[in-house]
Amino acid sequence: MTGERILGLAPPAFWALAAVYCVLVAASFATLWLERGRPASLPASELRQRVRSWWLMVGLFTLVVLAGRLAAIVAIGLVIFLALKEYLSLIPTRRVERATLLWVYLTIPIQLTFAYHENYELFIVFVPVWAYLFITMALVLRGETQGFLRSVGMISWGLMMTVFALSHLGFLLVAGDRVIPVAGGAGLLFFLLFMTQANDVAQYVWGRSLGRRKILPTVSPNKTWEGFLGGLVTTTVLAAIAGPLLTPMPIAWSAAAGAMLAIAGFLGDVTMSALKRDLGVKDTSAMIPGHGGVLDRLDSLTFAAPVFTHAYRFFFFP
Amino acid sequence: MTSGQANEETRPGRPRNPAPAPANPPAGGIPSWRSRQLKRAFFALFVRPLILLVLGINMRRRHLLPTRGPGIIVANHNSHLDTLTLMALMPLGRLPEVRPVAAADYFLANRWLRFIALDLLGILPIARGGIVSNPIALCREALDRGELLILFPEGSRGDPERLAEFKKGISLIARSRPDVPITPVFLHGLGKALPKGSFLLVPFFCDAFVGEPIVYRDSGGPDEFMDLLERRFRTLAAEGNFEPWE
Repeated sequence: MTGERILGLAPPAFWALAAVYCVLVAASFATLWLERGRPASLPASELRQRVRSWWLMVGLFTLVVLAGRLAAIVAIGLVIFLALKEYLSLIPTRRVERATLLWVYLTIPIQLTFAYHENYELFIVFVPVWAYLFITMALVLRGETQGFLRSVGMISWGLMMTVFALSHLGFLLVAGDRVIPVAGGAGLLFFLLFMTQANDVAQYVWGRSLGRRKILPTVSPNKTWEGFLGGLVTTTVLAAIAGPLLTPMPIAWSAAAGAMLAIAGFLGDVTMSALKRDLGVKDTSAMIPGHGGVLDRLDSLTFAAPVFTHAYRFFFFP
Repeated sequence: MTSGQANEETRPGRPRNPAPAPANPPAGGIPSWRSRQLKRAFFALFVRPLILLVLGINMRRRHLLPTRGPGIIVANHNSHLDTLTLMALMPLGRLPEVRPVAAADYFLANRWLRFIALDLLGILPIARGGIVSNPIALCREALDRGELLILFPEGSRGDPERLAEFKKGISLIARSRPDVPITPVFLHGLGKALPKGSFLLVPFFCDAFVGEPIVYRDSGGPDEFMDLLERRFRTLAAEGNFEPWE
């Protein structure tokens, strides 16, 4: 890529990041204002914890992006590791599966190596074909038939939802660099991350302020039609503004991508809720104060990352 | 708390061991500067990344976990990782005063285990069977030096993720120093990550639930004390609502 760079980033990516920091500053002031009567002796409210954790996450994200592509891939690998570990700690695994689980962890560096070297064929085939069959084999060879289907189902679904789905973040970052002159892979990754996270926040805010009609009460009792539609409209508008700056997509395509991300994000969110409800837990872990676990934060991306990457690739890759 | 001498004490519950034998394995004493730094480096570079990043600990009520002695941390025992986990939660500077109470015959069996047990972990080695030395007296001396003991009243690690019956030794130590706070910590998941008999570490998020400390003086007697301690543990274990692990 040619042209001027600010702090190693293409100018649109830089300004997008700057805009996120402005939003964070505004959110911090809003929190202070909302809680102006609250005595200082009380522990930090959930809202404050949430905003604080956002600062931390955006800060880490910035450091990683500035440190270069390899650092970004390693960081994505770490995040996937945490997400997979959360999943494997939640599901009722058994002693016979212990050795197999190590193989499941090993898929992370392999899959990200394919992403890093931009080998699309291996990237797309490795988890659903090779890892899937290998893990089935590893479980069969343990010789335990009782609960076999359950084990194989739980482990391979988790593998798809964490390793395969989230590794698309890495692929988008690397592959985007070659084919997109506007803001590079970072621009695409920013677009995907900002839109899904903004959609989460927008859904939450709209749902909290206007929400009345429940959308999927058996799975996620706090989600409402008002929240979902409010998020959809907000994200579509935001994407129409940010898309042409960060990606090669013109305004109409950007808006469509925003709508798609809002729907995919919602589906990822309720999928993780269904899982948690099935297992009888509230959060996937307690890693991120105010948010829950890594999977609680990334749930929308488990759908949004592959959906966006493949739709984008279909229409915009040469 | 620092005045007690080992041989002045009555040793309840151990009538057939008259002479307070010297601590046969090395115990206590002030560690040298080099061994302190070695320990610090071992925990900062190896144990903490392993426990906090590769595994990851979900804690409840961390503020109740004592970081300075005299005191006793009592935990259920499923894995070699239990000791490392509790020590990884301590500030690095306090580690020399944290003493896991462990069986001498197992941990001093060869020079490698001995190095890990004494130099890196700083265990308080006690003889099982109680013929040679008096484990209660060793613990009491350590408490009098202001150390923080880590004790597993189930004895050995046993079946992973299953709570075994508690041994009575803890009540004898508590009775000899009735004002020392005893903090129960329920650990879950470490037996899945590294069960007894396995060398393969599989990453899992683990849980550490800290309970309110107990003081022996408030309990009334050794049996009541054991009841109270076991009740605390069952309450902590029930908090997690964990399925048994097969």
